[in-house]
Amino acid sequence: MDYWTKMDTSCPIDQAYSENNDIQIRIAGRGGQGIRKLGLVLAEACTLEGKTVVQTQNYTPEVRGGSSKADIILSHKEEIDYPLIRKIDIFLSLGQQDRSKNFSMLANHAIVICDSGLVEPPNSNCRHIGFPFEITAKKEFSDKIFANMILLGTFVAVTGIVRSETVASVIKKRIKKYKDKNLNAFSRGIEIGNAKLHKTLTFPAN
Amino acid sequence: MELLGGNEAVVRASINAGCNFFAAYPITPSSEIAHGMAELLPKYNGTFIQMEDEIASVSAVIGAAMTGATAMTATSGPGFSLMQESIGYAAMTETPIVIIDIMRSGPSTGMPTAPSQGDILQARFGSHGDYPIIVLTPATVADMYHLTEKAFRLAEKYLVPVIVMADEITAHMKESVDLPELKHKKKADQRRKPTTKKRECLGIGLRRHKTGLAHDISGMPTADSIQYEKLLKRLMSKIGSAKDLVCTKLEGDEEPEVVLLAYGSPYRSAKAAMKLLKKDGIRSALLKFEIIWPFPENIVKEISKKAVKLIVPEMNMGHIIREVERVAGHSHKIISVSSFGRLMTPETIVEASI
Repeated sequence: MDYWTKMDTSCPIDQAYSENNDIQIRIAGRGGQGIRKLGLVLAEACTLEGKTVVQTQNYTPEVRGGSSKADIILSHKEEIDYPLIRKIDIFLSLGQQDRSKNFSMLANHAIVICDSGLVEPPNSNCRHIGFPFEITAKKEFSDKIFANMILLGTFVAVTGIVRSETVASVIKKRIKKYKDKNLNAFSRGIEIGNAKLHKTLTFPAN
Repeated sequence: MELLGGNEAVVRASINAGCNFFAAYPITPSSEIAHGMAELLPKYNGTFIQMEDEIASVSAVIGAAMTGATAMTATSGPGFSLMQESIGYAAMTETPIVIIDIMRSGPSTGMPTAPSQGDILQARFGSHGDYPIIVLTPATVADMYHLTEKAFRLAEKYLVPVIVMADEITAHMKESVDLPELKHKKKADQRRKPTTKKRECLGIGLRRHKTGLAHDISGMPTADSIQYEKLLKRLMSKIGSAKDLVCTKLEGDEEPEVVLLAYGSPYRSAKAAMKLLKKDGIRSALLKFEIIWPFPENIVKEISKKAVKLIVPEMNMGHIIREVERVAGHSHKIISVSSFGRLMTPETIVEASI
């Protein structure tokens, strides 16, 4: 059910970061999956670690089932000028919505983490990871709503962009309902990421 | 550092500036301001009222300000259109109010969740007659905080309506910022008093008369055109040559071939464009307007001497470009870069610049 392309340990994401001075992340899925929540937690964790962050999200009238996305730009420079994302370095997806449009924005070195039960893998030869996040959430946490936190955990383990402690502290602060379950789902995601990956990609310090 | 949204920054700035009265009819994309004020104002001994519409909202704000409150409302294009008549009333009665207008795509209901800068000329000319108005245009979350705080100061100082005009992008985007914390709550007996001595409040001291009619120095209505002219000229002169109302930032090359003039989110596109132009070997400078009305004529005149090509990116069909054309004159090549319902990319600005 899951597939993992080989993660190059000399990760060009570092290179991209130092060349372009930023990393652009898109999180996409359906309304109701907690896409925006995932974006907020990640953006806040990056902020707490001293990165310059801009986070935008589409504000179309969102309903359950409609497409939902959150975009984050991270930089080690003091300011980010253009606030919208123009290419995708890291793509996290829990749904097919806008698939072709999003995949067409992938950078050459992009990392893609998708729900393998929901998203067809990209055709390009970018590094992609597929894992049945929703099914795992349903099986282990009795509700697929926790898929977003498992995905976040996997993302943190795979990219090493933020420390897991920082993310956990933000989850504690920002998520009011089912706090423990969300934290457990996040830890589970880290396990999944670590189990599959031999080396965590390093992210340059500020 | 913390992650803060544009509308959240407005709420914090207002509370820190001493705002103690907020009346509004929530509207996308400004609703978060109403949400935040509803939550915080009661804790700060302030008053939050959700009114039945925007005409009532701005009227309540004017009334509260007349009695000494530091008052504000927040809206978007459709509500801002409804407020126009009362904005003239606030200008005529010299009532310091702050209006936050988060611009969305119009006309009419338009695209409620898409950004725009379509209210810029309306802010200046929307009410009838000649009247003084101050308009600030933030481009970042930090700007949202600082310019909102500044709006309250300017309103109290010049006794005019002050409008903070941001677009949907700036309002809804979250950024890592380093801004002052929310001030501690004050006890009830420490309630803020009107700040300026020249500020005269209804219900305190002598009986006063406020009217939207032309009035003489006693404040009573007059039909004398000479008195009316005096009044009008005095009202306009309050902000006419004020130095602290010139608020621009110039960056980039000192001897530019191209000058970009921008406000709000397009400033950020222009800034990115400036870097791309540099790669192409084109020298450019960027003038950012933080106060768009009164229009900083002298600054624009000065900068227009440096380059023949002036680029004005705006999320409308060209509002401020008219001012630039008027000030710079026809010997210049002045190019408008428009986008509708979305922010223009830096590349479109670069294309226009080459």
